Amino acid sequence: MSPELLSALTVFVLAILVGFAVISKVPATLHTPLMSGANSIHGIVLVGSMFIAIEATDLPSQLLSLIAVAFATMNVVGGYVVTDRMLQMFKKKPVAAKPAEQAEG
Amino acid sequence: MDFNTVSDLVHLAWLAGAACFVIGLMRMNSPATARNGNLLSAGGMAVAIAATAILLLVQPTADGSVNGTGWAIVVVGILVGGGAGLYSARTVKMTAMPQLVSLFNAVGGGAAALIAIDDYLGLKAVPDPQINVATVLDIVIGSITFSGSLIASGKLQGLIAGKPIMIPGGRIVTAALAVITVLGTVFLWGGNLSVPVMLIILAAALIFGVTMVLPIGGADMPVVISLLNSFTGTAVAMAGFVLGNDVLIIAGALVGASGAILTKLMADAMNRSVLNIMIGGFGGGEGTQTAGGGASGAVRAIGADDVAIQLAYAQHVIVVPGYGLAVAQAQHAVRELAELLEERGVDVKYAIHPVAGRMPGHMNVLLAEANVPYPQLREMDDINPEFERCDVALVVGANDVTNPAARRPGSPVSGMPILDVDKAHSIVVIKRSMGRGYAGIDNELYTNPKTGMLFADAKDGLAALTAAVKAL
Repeated sequence: MSPELLSALTVFVLAILVGFAVISKVPATLHTPLMSGANSIHGIVLVGSMFIAIEATDLPSQLLSLIAVAFATMNVVGGYVVTDRMLQMFKKKPVAAKPAEQAEG
Repeated sequence: MDFNTVSDLVHLAWLAGAACFVIGLMRMNSPATARNGNLLSAGGMAVAIAATAILLLVQPTADGSVNGTGWAIVVVGILVGGGAGLYSARTVKMTAMPQLVSLFNAVGGGAAALIAIDDYLGLKAVPDPQINVATVLDIVIGSITFSGSLIASGKLQGLIAGKPIMIPGGRIVTAALAVITVLGTVFLWGGNLSVPVMLIILAAALIFGVTMVLPIGGADMPVVISLLNSFTGTAVAMAGFVLGNDVLIIAGALVGASGAILTKLMADAMNRSVLNIMIGGFGGGEGTQTAGGGASGAVRAIGADDVAIQLAYAQHVIVVPGYGLAVAQAQHAVRELAELLEERGVDVKYAIHPVAGRMPGHMNVLLAEANVPYPQLREMDDINPEFERCDVALVVGANDVTNPAARRPGSPVSGMPILDVDKAHSIVVIKRSMGRGYAGIDNELYTNPKTGMLFADAKDGLAALTAAVKAL
């Protein structure tokens, strides 16, 4: 086994353990945004797509890598924006509610 | 700076990006820090991508020239994909958001599979075993998650029927596809280099994704999407092994593992096992008929005018929104009615079951979008003791989460946490018909003598109530 593979495997296993540990008792209200947030993170595949695009010299490779880059970017950009839109609503609410309460009191 | 220095800096930037992902996910565990966590994660992503671009710019090429076409592909791909992602994410209605997340998941898995396919097509000889294993796994997992997520998205969007679709012999086809995929994978792992076999695996995995998700009902889609999200993470980690890139391995494994935990949390909240969901459909002969007890009683239908009087002269009203409200997109209609009642001095609260809506937490997002004040939204444990003191409980499109049968053993919903709607002084259920929820059993709440059924679509029913209250 090459040292590179060994270190990659180490990183892989430790990252899995971190992934297990990082999700604790999440309130159910956050399940959907959290899933969407995790969904954006695997958009990191864009980095890999950029590598294969730059190295692509024949037509099939160029086509495959073009689709890969477009797909991955859509995953990244769309994922983060839609997650932020969801979370924005959680943040806005207490602020919007305060004036209403004061008006009643 | 020479290339080695740049390369070191880029690797450090990737490491920083990966750290941002971990801290970002941790911060998304709590409502107060969630948005900040997502922004941190996005910042890490931007750094990682910018660093990659720099590395590719300074990287010496074989013949010393710049691959102009390659850069054109990167720029065009980013513009097209980024534009599509940005546009759809900003314009999507909040009710349609789950299927969009599923779509983003599909393209992420697709990109991971494409990397491995491209790599495989360029192979001249059988690669090292570990690369071979990762490449084939990436193709298989990426393809399954691509087609599976598209189907899940189509089901939620209504393009494909949401109800479980049972193709005659469908399970045999699914099993056969799984066998083909596994045999092909083992063949390639055995040190054979064969593009046709790779293409067969690719096709089998793509169809497997379709036949796996088709038999699963729309109500279970959140769990399926979360599971496929975890798959995509794994596929991306495999792509990291193929390319020898640590940041892909870290981020992919992180999402793979956290997605798996999240899937289990979601399934737990619905009192289902992930396996049970994936095998498809509720029931399937495990004691569905033993539900028993009172479900045969008579149902009392009630008109909008009667309900309006009950509501208008009540002191405490608890609204129980459910899947039906989300489907009918009646969140604005319910807020209008609630505001009208509040003007008349009625105290209105919303009881939110953890899995109400189309995804866990979806109902909060929907009601927030309709400007329902945050303090009125109550979590299940918080609101349950209040049902005893509430005059009218208004159930809008919720079914299984209100079924008192869950408190007794022997029913498919047994043990599922429910809202104690039956403890309210009076209960009104807005529902289109006596149709069953996805548990496929009768709801004893509907035959409770205290319950009146208002048969209507959630949106129309609420509009009729609003009009009737106004007319009082």
